[in-house]
Order: sequence, then C-alpha cells, then structure tokens
Amino acid sequence: MTVAADQPTALIRLGRFLRDNPVIPLILLLFVLIGVLEYMRPGIVNERWIGNTIKFAIPLAMLAACQTITMLTGGIDLSVGVVATVSAFVVSSLTPLLGAPSAVTISLAAAVLVGLVNGFGVGICRVHPLIMTLGTGLIATGCLQVYQRFVIATGSEIPSFLEWLGTGRTFSLPNALFLFLPFAALILWGLARTGFGRLLYAIGANENAAKLSGVRSWQVFLALYTLSALIAGITGLLYVGMIRAPSLSLANPLLLPSVAAAVIGGTSIFGGRGGYSGTIVGALILTVLGTLLTLLQMPEGARRLLFGLIILAVTALYVRFTDQS
Amino acid sequence: MTGFLKKHGWTLGLLAILLTLLIAIRVVQPNFGASGLESLARAALPFAFATAAMAVVVIAGGIDLSVASMMAVTGVTAAVLMDNATEGQAVFAVIAVLLVGIAMGAINGALIVLTKVPDIVVTLAMLFVWEGVALLILSTPGGGAADWLRSIIAGPVSLPFLPEAWTFWLPNAFIFMAVAIAVIWLPLRRSKLGLSIYAIGSDDTAAFRSGIAIGRTRVAAYAVAGLFCALGGLSLTMGTGIGEPVPGPYLMASVAAVVLGGVVLGGGRGGLLGPIIAVFILRAIRLLLTLMAVDPNVTTIVEGTIMVVVVMLGAILMMRERRS
Repeated sequence: MTVAADQPTALIRLGRFLRDNPVIPLILLLFVLIGVLEYMRPGIVNERWIGNTIKFAIPLAMLAACQTITMLTGGIDLSVGVVATVSAFVVSSLTPLLGAPSAVTISLAAAVLVGLVNGFGVGICRVHPLIMTLGTGLIATGCLQVYQRFVIATGSEIPSFLEWLGTGRTFSLPNALFLFLPFAALILWGLARTGFGRLLYAIGANENAAKLSGVRSWQVFLALYTLSALIAGITGLLYVGMIRAPSLSLANPLLLPSVAAAVIGGTSIFGGRGGYSGTIVGALILTVLGTLLTLLQMPEGARRLLFGLIILAVTALYVRFTDQS
Repeated sequence: MTGFLKKHGWTLGLLAILLTLLIAIRVVQPNFGASGLESLARAALPFAFATAAMAVVVIAGGIDLSVASMMAVTGVTAAVLMDNATEGQAVFAVIAVLLVGIAMGAINGALIVLTKVPDIVVTLAMLFVWEGVALLILSTPGGGAADWLRSIIAGPVSLPFLPEAWTFWLPNAFIFMAVAIAVIWLPLRRSKLGLSIYAIGSDDTAAFRSGIAIGRTRVAAYAVAGLFCALGGLSLTMGTGIGEPVPGPYLMASVAAVVLGGVVLGGGRGGLLGPIIAVFILRAIRLLLTLMAVDPNVTTIVEGTIMVVVVMLGAILMMRERRS
C-alpha cells in the first residue's frame, strides 16, 4: 500500500476494481491460507484434503446463503442454526416411524413454519429481524426439546440417501456437491437475474424508495424469510447425513460462523450490497482457517481468539478497500 | 399526572406484570417467602448486569454481541486473582476486574470507531476473541472467591435503623444490584456524557452537528457496558465461588430483556429501569412455571413467545403512533 500511495490514481483504480470484483482479493486470501497450510505441513494439500474441506464448507456456505439474502435487505436470520437442527432432528426421529419421504416433508414443513413466523414478524409487524429471528429461534429450541421427549423411545435413523449425500464421494469429491452446485447456481442466478433478487437489493438500498416504486415489501419479506428457513432446513438434512449423529444442538455452532462467512464475503450488513459468490469463498476461507488453527496445536482459547481477530481484520481491510476510494 | 403516566407507561406496565407474577407465584406456592425472593434475586443478578450492559450500548445506537464472553473473562479473572488471596487482596482483585471490564469494553468501542466496520460484526468477532481469552486464563472451571464478597449477595439485608421484619424481605443480592447500577447509571445519565450517549443513539448526524465527539462517546458507551459486564462476571463468581470460562446464556437473554424493557433497537430511547424489571419478569415467569411443575422446556417456549409477542405488539403500537 505504501507504493501505491505515491500514485493516488492507481490506488483509486485498484479500489474501484476491488469494489467491482470483491471476490478476487478473497480468492487470493484463500490461496494464501492454503499456501501457509502447505508450508507448515508439506503434503497436506492433496485430493483428500480438498474433498474434506469442500465437504465441511458446504453446510456453512448454505447457512451463509440465508444470511446473505437476508442481509441484502438489511436484515439477518439468527434462527437458521436452530431451524437446521430442528429439521435434522425431526427427519432422523421420524424416518423409523413414517419412512424417509414423509419424514423429509414434515421436517421441511417445520422449517418453513418458522420462516413464515419470521416473515410475518419482520414484514407485517415490522419487528427488527435480529430480535424476531432470535425469538423464533428460542421458541423452536424449546419446541424441539419438548418434541424430543415424545420421540425418545423411537430411536433414530438417517435416510440412506441423506447419508449418501453427506458422506459419499464421487471421484474423491464429496457427493454434497450434487446438492450444492445446483443450489449455488440457483441462488446466484436468482440474485442477479430475477425480479425477486433485484427486489432484495432495492429494499436493502432504500426501502422507502422501493415502496414508493410500488414494491409491496411485506410480501418480499414473507417470501424471503420463508426461503431462508427452507434453505436452513435443507442444510439441516444435509448436515445430519454428514455428521450421522442427530443431537439437540447439531447445527447451532454453525450460526455465528455463517454470519461471519457472509460478512467476510463482502455482503454489507446494512443491506443493498454484496452477493453469494463472495459468501461461498468466505465459507471456504473460514473452513481452511479452522484447519489451520487446529494444525497450529494451540490451546482452544488461542484458536478462538485468532479466529475472531482474523474475521475482524478481513472485514476491516475489506471496508477500507471498498469504501475509502 | 397523565404526562408522567405517558412517559413511564411502559415501565409501569412492566411493574404491574411483575407484581401480578409475584402474586401468582404466592398463590401457586403459599409458602413462597423471603428465601424464595432471595433465590430469585440471586438468579437474576448476572442477567440484570448483562442486560444493563446491553441496554447502554443499545441506547447509544449500537449492539454488543460479546456481552456474555466479556462476563466470562471477568468472571475467570476474578476467580484466578482471588484464589488463595487474603481478604484484603481481594479488594484489589475486585478493582482490577472492574478495570479489565472497562478496558475490554473500550477496546470493543475503539475497534468499532477505528475500523468503521458495523458494530454487530465487530462485536461478533470480539465474541470469539473474549471467549478465547477466557479459556486462556482458565481452561477449566476453577479458582475461588473471597468469603466477604460471597456474603454480599447472600441472605437478607440487615440495616440497623429498620426493623428486621421489613428488611427480612429484601435480599442482599437485590440491594447489591440496585446500588451498583444506580451508582453507575444515575450520575452518568445526568452528565454530559449520558446526554451524548442518548444523542448519538437518537441521530448521530444531528449529534455531530451539535458538537458531540461521536467516536469518543461511542467508546465511552461501550466502556460503561464493559463495566457492567465486569460486575456481571464478578456476580457469577460471587454466586458460585468458582470461575467458569464458557460463556452462559446471557447474550440472548439480555437482548430479550432490553427489548421487553422498552429500549428501542436503533437507540436513543429508554432507560435501565425497564430492562431490569424485564429481567425479573423473565426470571419470575421461569420460577412460576417451575412451581407449577411445567416441563422446563415448555418454559423456554413460553419465554420466547412472550418476547416475540411483546415485541410485535410494541412495533404495531409504534406504527400506529407514527401514523396518527
């Protein structure tokens, strides 16, 4: 940066370039992290490692998709961790009773229900999304715990196709990609090329202007939060196939990293700016970072500390690069 | 009178709810008395401080997701410093813990101001950082607390000039909380800094144009929150006698109580009294449901539902007000 400071035009041009292509520095960062990893433990970066990294980044990236689309309107969805856990738990407890198809349907219906409540609160009652989704998350946790007492005797079974999706490999790449690639394509296409995507950006950039242009924002919010919960539910199904041990807090630890992935990926928490491609790279960065910190063999405390500091540093640099020029 | 009612309507409503709950508890459990009140106050103590911390930053127009982690750091710091310390040394330990709290809060605030990253993101990152620091200080629960410190929040209060029949009903934990929060908050609210905190929460451009140093005020607001977190962490250690490095469920609960207490997310409105009453309401609901032998998990559902419904009603009422 000191070199560039002598030529302000170059810096401004660089800033503009990065602002238009926020994914490029992120991909660079990802490769730097992989480089550090390879330097520390030569030979670790092989096919198997790449497969594993992608596998564990996928649920994170999917939950971060919920954060990305809600953040585009200036919101956030803090219920996704719980929703994913609910759908995972419901599907694994109902499969032995009802069979896989109806179990999947019911678990996704539960997820959609939470989303509808979120959308109702945010869109119609105009509650702050942070509070609304926090509250529904609490309620869903309670319901899950009560539900658990009724099904505790039935045992659990994970549908075989979910296990195939979660743990299987094709050409050393995880099968979860069969779900994720179409999903990511749909989200990317949906945000960039459809009216709904543009509405999200419009509401996030200036809700009043969007309303005055005839957008019925409550309908958008209702659809948005329902979609977000549905994605979270699908993530839960995938994740339980991956972990193969349903529990009452299965996907909850992914919640805060999912927010971090979206933020690192360059989506503004105030809305109107960002996209899903950055979020995917953000999720990969966080996953690689996790491996890196585990390899350093530091105490757990130091790992969390570094994790937080790196998230902060990346976002601070990002804000500096994109906003100041 | 009507002006007073209008201004404090929300708080008075909360107080009425709390009284109704206490009466309901008494009806369900006729021998609920002073010891019941004492355990209620002790259980509410860390929640009250977490809520006070959250309320100050929310009034200043921000949010602090690292509240529970900061409480963990100060709690373990207190436990480590007071382990095997004499009674006198414990005083210095308490002062050190409070300073640590202020410093952590000020770091949060300074990072928000310097990096220009949104507060929610900075404090999210700092949540991990402080959590890590707490684990580095003490990797498993341990340490100790001075006896005189533990006795501060135990039992009913004893005042020489009041008959015991009166003071019997006042738990020490409640007095400790009320005094600590009042000593910090009341002078602050009347001071220039307090006014500035409300101003930047209400409209930071307007505050800037009126000559308020926004950055410095924001750092100060977060530092005050850090101080409340230190008190919260201290009360955790005082209550259990050991330091616990893993943060408790104070983040979600404090946001819930702040909103229920009438502090508007976005800043500039509300005080600390409403949120504190809300803390007691939430604890009293939990106690009532436990006494009624309701499944503790149903209690979580009820708490969440109350929070959501109250917030929805509040939002709808506010919309009505704006339209009329």
